[in-house]
Amino acid sequence: MTKDKKMADESAGHIGQSGAQLFNDILIEEGVDTLFGFPGGMVLPIFDALYSSPIKFVLTRHEQGAIHMADGYARSTGKVGAVLATSGPGATNLVTGLANAHMDSIPMVAFCGQVRSALIGNDAFQEADMTGITRPITKHNFLVKRVEDLGRTMKQAFHLARTGRPGPVLVDIAVDATINKLTAEPDLAMRLPGYKPRTTGHIRQVKMAADAINAAQRPVLYVGGGVIASNASEALRAVAIKGNLPVTTTLMGMGAFDEANPLAMKMLGMHGTATANYAVQECDCLIAVGARFDDRVTGNVATFAPHAKIVHIDIDPTSISKNVVVDIPVVGDALDILQKMLEFIQPKERKEWLGRIDEWKKRYPMKYETNGSIKPQEVIEMLGKLTNHDAIVATGVGQHQMWAAQYYGWKKPRQAITSGGLGTMGFGVPAAIGAQFGNPGATVIDIDGDGSFSMTMVEVITAVQYKQPVKFVVLDNGYLGMVRQWQELFYGRRYSSVDHPCPDFVAIAEAFGARGICAKDRSELGDCINEALKHPGPVVLDCKVEPEENVYPMVPAGKSLHEMELGKLA
Amino acid sequence: MKHVITALVQNEPGVLAHVAGMFAARGFNIDSLVVGRTEDPDLSRMTIVVTADDRVLEQVRKQLAKIVTVVKVRDFENLSYVERDLMLIRVHTPPERRQEVIELVNLFRGRVVDVAKTNLMVELSGTEEKIEAFIDLVRPYGIRELARTGVIAMARGSQGEKMLTPDEDN
Repeated sequence: MTKDKKMADESAGHIGQSGAQLFNDILIEEGVDTLFGFPGGMVLPIFDALYSSPIKFVLTRHEQGAIHMADGYARSTGKVGAVLATSGPGATNLVTGLANAHMDSIPMVAFCGQVRSALIGNDAFQEADMTGITRPITKHNFLVKRVEDLGRTMKQAFHLARTGRPGPVLVDIAVDATINKLTAEPDLAMRLPGYKPRTTGHIRQVKMAADAINAAQRPVLYVGGGVIASNASEALRAVAIKGNLPVTTTLMGMGAFDEANPLAMKMLGMHGTATANYAVQECDCLIAVGARFDDRVTGNVATFAPHAKIVHIDIDPTSISKNVVVDIPVVGDALDILQKMLEFIQPKERKEWLGRIDEWKKRYPMKYETNGSIKPQEVIEMLGKLTNHDAIVATGVGQHQMWAAQYYGWKKPRQAITSGGLGTMGFGVPAAIGAQFGNPGATVIDIDGDGSFSMTMVEVITAVQYKQPVKFVVLDNGYLGMVRQWQELFYGRRYSSVDHPCPDFVAIAEAFGARGICAKDRSELGDCINEALKHPGPVVLDCKVEPEENVYPMVPAGKSLHEMELGKLA
Repeated sequence: MKHVITALVQNEPGVLAHVAGMFAARGFNIDSLVVGRTEDPDLSRMTIVVTADDRVLEQVRKQLAKIVTVVKVRDFENLSYVERDLMLIRVHTPPERRQEVIELVNLFRGRVVDVAKTNLMVELSGTEEKIEAFIDLVRPYGIRELARTGVIAMARGSQGEKMLTPDEDN
């Protein structure tokens, strides 16, 4: 690997190379060690170049699986994920994955083949207008028609993906740009005159923010995925501890602050803790760091944090005052801003405010009944305990995702891999596999629902093929649970198309070549989880759980955070 | 309130689609959008007129600046500037009314650029208000055809030097 990298560096001259060979060299230069994807006609030249490449190519069963793997790889490592698909259907199968990465600001470069440049626009076989299709769901995209432009465009794509507010970039490559040979040394210098992300926070704004925090009686830190993207968890911890500032995280911010810390209030929003939601509604200063006031966080935006002066730290100027009017904006990289802010933060005792928060914690603990069938919450709690809260955990989307958020016990950044903005069912299986590729030796778990798992379980085959020992834990309630919960609460229990009878997941797992385990009863749950964790290969653990358990607390859509329904927590 | 924004953009395929798509996706209304080349062959200038309140305008500005191929954004809010809209209009003019219409054209400092038996083609440039006033006046004669370029604008004097770029913004 290092030898090959050196060779690529030394062969600085690209004259005589085909576009496909240049493609391989630039990937290596940009630090790509794993490329996920699926071959096809318009990328045959690239696959020929990859035949002898040091880059590990992961052949998935579906392009959507490939792009979610690249996503899970990127989230868990902080590196840029890379995916390659062919033109037409191969490329359109990337669309959900691009939108998903875009909503969650995940650094990724997606490459797809395109028909010969002379045929573009002629409705050729397997042609799709990918730059047109993906423009609103990528940070940026490019169409490459000439081999002379390929190298520079790729370098620009990686630069855009990893800097500023990260995001996915699509590079659509006409097949002749990979076949044709370079007759002159390509100009690889980037040309992005309009791209100047602001990275350092303005010191005047930083001081203003710190003054507001120091003056506050009841401050709350509201932490989003931006803190993880900028690797600012340590800086955040220092600020929180110095100022005695209670912390709530969004779904995307989970792991940015150790939930075992007494200042932690865990997640806020629609299914956040009562403590976090009440604290936000009562606080007099809300400090948003790398978060974007999503509607699942704010509930009714008009009554969100009604008493608070709002400080907003974000790298993206368009996030400021988009949903909520901000009093003190600080634009820049969270790490830089938090580091600068630390010296201005005054230590405070905040006895009264922290006391009030502790009261809420005592009065509204997260709890569930442990009679009857296995409860989904207890599976997650047990997983947390048995992995020492240290595993990398991917999820699908739905009830199980919210229970994972509430009960796992997050302690470090990049361990929670979940589809926040887009809410993509089926994300968990491939994302977990991608995370395992990026973290060999780590315990990687996919906490999934039977609905989400069914959408992408075919990728378990990929885990088997490449010996990736992911533990797929299915909270199997035989329903599309979150939709069922809404139908129960808001549509008078008229269960419309949520009945979800499942096949024998154990038999499927075994047929795929993985280990299959089924837990039907509370008494065997611990043993089953331990067995799954100890097994050296991929495992599907099918947990038959209470079919009609609901996620609480819950802020009904359009209501204010303090109007949450506590359900059995009350 | 009406606002005029100009954006210097890279002269590349897809940039117009990107800008127009952003406006559509975020629900911003465009009154007019004009694209033309500049003195630099790598850059084009877009002049966009939007009707929006201050908060929406702020988002429009920032969202424009965020587009990778948009190099600079300038908002004419609080600036003194010159705006021009160019119109070609064909007015129904039977011979006995031709003189009346020509008088109107002269009052508006327009030019008659084509004369036919029963109509005149008029070229007129100026602010949107002026153009619209002229249209209202000739409407009773019968408008046969009308084309407008939309507004282009430029700040007066040296105040135009201050531009908003993504890195200066907060």
